[in-house]
Amino acid sequence: MNCLSGTLVHETGTVRFAGRDLAGLGPHQRTRLGLARSFQLPRPFASMTVADNVRVPLLYAAGSRRGRRLSEREIGERVAAVLESMALTERARSFPRDLTQVDMRKLELARALAAEPRLLIADEAMAGLSQSEVDDIVALLIRLVEAGITVILIEHIMSAVMRFSQRLVVLVSGRKIADGDPVEVMRNPEVERAYLGQ
Amino acid sequence: MRTSLFVTLVAAVAAALFALAVASGSDYLLFAGYTVLQFVVLATAWNILGGYTGYVNFGSAAFFAVGAYTSVFFHKAYPLPIPVLVMIAAVVAGLLGLGMGYLTLRLRGAFFSIATLALAVVLQTVVVNWHFLGGSRGAYIIRPALAPIPGLTYIQYLVLVMLVLAAGALIAARTIERSKLGTGLAAIRDDEVAAESVGVPTLRLKLIATTLSGALMGMAGAPFPYYIGYIEPHSAFGLPYAVNAIAMPMIGGTTHWAGPLIGAVLLGSLQQIATVTISSAVNLLIVGLLLVGFVIVAPNGIVGLWQSLFGRDGQGWRRFSRSTRSASGSADSSRSTRSA
Repeated sequence: MNCLSGTLVHETGTVRFAGRDLAGLGPHQRTRLGLARSFQLPRPFASMTVADNVRVPLLYAAGSRRGRRLSEREIGERVAAVLESMALTERARSFPRDLTQVDMRKLELARALAAEPRLLIADEAMAGLSQSEVDDIVALLIRLVEAGITVILIEHIMSAVMRFSQRLVVLVSGRKIADGDPVEVMRNPEVERAYLGQ
Repeated sequence: MRTSLFVTLVAAVAAALFALAVASGSDYLLFAGYTVLQFVVLATAWNILGGYTGYVNFGSAAFFAVGAYTSVFFHKAYPLPIPVLVMIAAVVAGLLGLGMGYLTLRLRGAFFSIATLALAVVLQTVVVNWHFLGGSRGAYIIRPALAPIPGLTYIQYLVLVMLVLAAGALIAARTIERSKLGTGLAAIRDDEVAAESVGVPTLRLKLIATTLSGALMGMAGAPFPYYIGYIEPHSAFGLPYAVNAIAMPMIGGTTHWAGPLIGAVLLGSLQQIATVTISSAVNLLIVGLLLVGFVIVAPNGIVGLWQSLFGRDGQGWRRFSRSTRSASGSADSSRSTRSA
């Protein structure tokens, strides 16, 4: 995950995105190419309001793939649209410290989304949330997929994984043990063993 | 407020201050005012890196001294007018800042700060061993009898130069704060990894911040030898510059351009008053005590205190009263649901 987004440099293998080798590109360049991530433990910009948090990627990432800077008005509209899509409009002027856990996760997704990615890596966006909050986030993620964004969901809340996934990959200690249709993967005895123990 | 209006306002205030200082006819006021203005520039410069970007620089004295010794060098090698020296000092100290910026590649937090402290020690050693610059004996600068601007005494001229620098520094800081650059720097300060992940080119922005901050500090130091007349490494690299450059923004508030200004005027004036009424040795004691007091009472400085009392846009009080009302309102509604 950190290798995909460029936070860590991998020693073997290559990371290709949209037919392009990403070797040597820093995280901010990858984000500009359309590869966004959210963090497992929310890392909001604490001194900025929710709206300003979302403004940062609009200033720094969203313009680069259009080949021009967005105007103040466009940025304002995009901030409003992203907050609307994440159901955060009410909280636009709040500071991150005043948000609930689930709103914090939504902010994390909203900020990643504002970079206008083609691929979003959602790192355990639902860990520690209640069932209804998980449903909330899954619904938001499904709407993103419908909008044409590929989502890599890293998650171990199986109800969410099964509802969301079209393809399921299971990694155990860095080794891939299953890959394919979610229902079939779940029937794989090796996966069952890894998940439930022997 | 629009930028053009702000620039006009700053220029008007600077012109008024200068007119008052000249009209007072007091040389002491000019000497004291120069020192306060010099700290306005230093504090504002420190704040671009320390306040906006979150990288604490303990080496402010090094940049200041590099500016001052650039003047000494040219005074001996090829005398130039002070505004030109200020520009050269900006370039030299800016390059030093760029070098320091590359430290941020690997060093963060306290480790970066310690490295900046080391930078000051290394540069001081270089100057001590450089005979052309006077070495540890120091260098005398014989101030010209006449200022280049007719009708002004030399100290009036120096105060004018420093006023222009202070005004320029404030305008630059405010412009950065409100620009795309300022937003990026704030993102780095809050969370560098997250900033990088949303497309902020953190290394490039940090290099810009260290370069700008260093250049401004060097500019503050360039006229100093002409002001003081005699400069030696021990005082030019002295602790008071580094401590004041940090304490002033901290006391004034680090997230707003007005913070360093308020802190520098407050602390700078207080130190000048203490120097003539008590003793010059009390200076750092005052800074230390105030810093401790502010860390306890108002950790976000005077500007932060103001914002928490009255809100960022002056609407805080109204919002506060509204939020208490809505809180009691929600309590009412929860009671009514329970009874229903």
